[in-house]
Amino acid sequence: MKKENKKHLGRRQFLKKCAKAVCTGLLLSFVEFKNVWAKQVGNGDKSAERKYAMGIDIHKCIGCGRCADACKKENKVPREPHYFRTWIERYIVPIKGEPVVDSPNGGIDGFPELKGDKGILKMFFVPKLCNHCAHPPCVQVCPVGATFTSRDGVVLVDPKYCVGCRYCIQACPYGARYMHPEKHVADKCTFCYHRITKGLLPACVEVCPTKARIFGEVDNPTSPIRRFARLHTITVLKPSLNTEPMVLYAGAEGMVR
Amino acid sequence: MEPTIIQQAMMGFQSFSGYIYPNEYELQWSLLIVLYPYLTGLVAGAFILASLERVFRVTVILPVYRLSLLTALAFLIVAPMPLFAHLGHPERALEMLWTPHLQSAMAMFGFVYAWYLLVVLLLEIWFDFRKDIVMYSKNSRGLKKYFYLLLTLGSTDISEEALRFDNKMCKFITVMGIPSAFLLHGYVGFIFGSIKANPWWSSVLMPIVFLFSAIVSGIALMILIYMVTTLFRWKKIDMGCLNKLAEFLFYTMIVDFSLELLDFIHRLYESEESIHILSQLITNRLFVSLIVTQIFLGSIVPILGLIVGRFGKLPDELRRIVYFLSAVLVQVGIFSIRWNVVIGGQLFSKSLRGLTVYKVQLLGLEGLLMTVFLLILPLFILYGIVKILPPWTDSELEVHK
Repeated sequence: MKKENKKHLGRRQFLKKCAKAVCTGLLLSFVEFKNVWAKQVGNGDKSAERKYAMGIDIHKCIGCGRCADACKKENKVPREPHYFRTWIERYIVPIKGEPVVDSPNGGIDGFPELKGDKGILKMFFVPKLCNHCAHPPCVQVCPVGATFTSRDGVVLVDPKYCVGCRYCIQACPYGARYMHPEKHVADKCTFCYHRITKGLLPACVEVCPTKARIFGEVDNPTSPIRRFARLHTITVLKPSLNTEPMVLYAGAEGMVR
Repeated sequence: MEPTIIQQAMMGFQSFSGYIYPNEYELQWSLLIVLYPYLTGLVAGAFILASLERVFRVTVILPVYRLSLLTALAFLIVAPMPLFAHLGHPERALEMLWTPHLQSAMAMFGFVYAWYLLVVLLLEIWFDFRKDIVMYSKNSRGLKKYFYLLLTLGSTDISEEALRFDNKMCKFITVMGIPSAFLLHGYVGFIFGSIKANPWWSSVLMPIVFLFSAIVSGIALMILIYMVTTLFRWKKIDMGCLNKLAEFLFYTMIVDFSLELLDFIHRLYESEESIHILSQLITNRLFVSLIVTQIFLGSIVPILGLIVGRFGKLPDELRRIVYFLSAVLVQVGIFSIRWNVVIGGQLFSKSLRGLTVYKVQLLGLEGLLMTVFLLILPLFILYGIVKILPPWTDSELEVHK
């Protein structure tokens, strides 16, 4: 009888300890629970906030393709012709009818010469890249929060976290994202985040021979992007979608999309 | 001479046309993602059909009630498989559950799925079959006995009071299950309908159209499964049940078809910036799958078939053939709907200036063979489940002579 009692006591103690352990575990997990949800960081820290933007002057772009080439080299973007962080489109606007657009190999090798310009009203080049939207649809749809907006307004992808569901690629209205063929994760322009955080310019801006690409901090009154915005009439791509792009175009007509 | 629509359609399958963004050459969502809404639709449809008997007391469809529940389970088990197979990093899939991004519609999949599978479907099936499971565990021997004993989860009381409780719970879960089934498939529609970047998808009607097409596909599937299973069991088909199923199929098809027509007319009337490229998409790339397969073969012909079959004066045998063929055509039509949404939505550029192409692979994780495998797999699973939990109600059994 005594033995049984002892045994009983032991079991009870054991159960008590178990219950304590479970309760402690539960409490701890509740403390950490709020950190589980994927969320944007840095919103509260306004002092550290810097908002970057890029300006593109359509009148200055000569379609040389150096920017797209430099981007591929700098960011190790696959050389195959269907993966681009930035590319250049050529708009050929006829006197009558819809404009014809092309972008052979993203404009890296230049553009084929037009034979005869009869019937052509005008022609211009439009560099394209991720618009680093203030309301990015890609960030909204990412199921795990692998794509996010950094505190300086740059939209980034964490390749170690991306599950490769491609929902962000579908949600991007600008075709700025692609599936990396080797890493099997979504990839896109980062404004050369590794460079700009060191005070350097993005590779595409650095190599542009005509200064068609301007880069800087929006909130800094002496920044080149502020001057660019002051001196030009600015438009953004697909404004009706309310994405609020941070890539600002000067001279882009309504037909550009 | 201008090429005809059919010539254009044939040409369309061969080449790109116009301008597409360079990153758009590769289609992002393939045949597997067509399969995903198709399978979840069948699940939701089969469940809603089952709930008609349980909640709305349409007792005439009792012969398919339990079979519908098991069918829903079999298809639900397979439904996430195409999603996993499609991910770039399937090993990270569970991050959607552990660290979900709450603003993302896709992140909700795990929760909606878990709710539907664990809380609604499994629980309802368990309560519904509990008496049978207890009886099997009592009457079987060896391993089988212990297997069924395990399935009882220790609840072996089959007194009248206990069974009354089971029945009450079943009804309660079904009542809860109807909005859950709506949620499951409405949610799948929302995944597409909420993408504002894509004018072919972006529509507030998308979840509702998905939902009704799900009910249509579920009822048609149950007609097929009921007819085939009774045939193989050498039993007589309950024509009252079959007629009722055909009637429900007809009504839901009318609603579904009207909703789709409304969506189409609305787009045409609003005539937004995207209307030119979308009309090219329909006449060029989707002519066969949308006009011929979805609308004509998948909707109009079966609707006419059901009218003749249900309301015409036909002998039962002919009636059964008409129902069967109509249900097969409905499945083809619903698969076309999924194809036209998922693939169709990616066949035009978001620059709205060009059309791209999709070539179905034969082999590989996202190929045709895999798709066929995932389409057949639920039927094998259903066979297994039916062997474990026979859903047949004995009163309807009559030896077919």
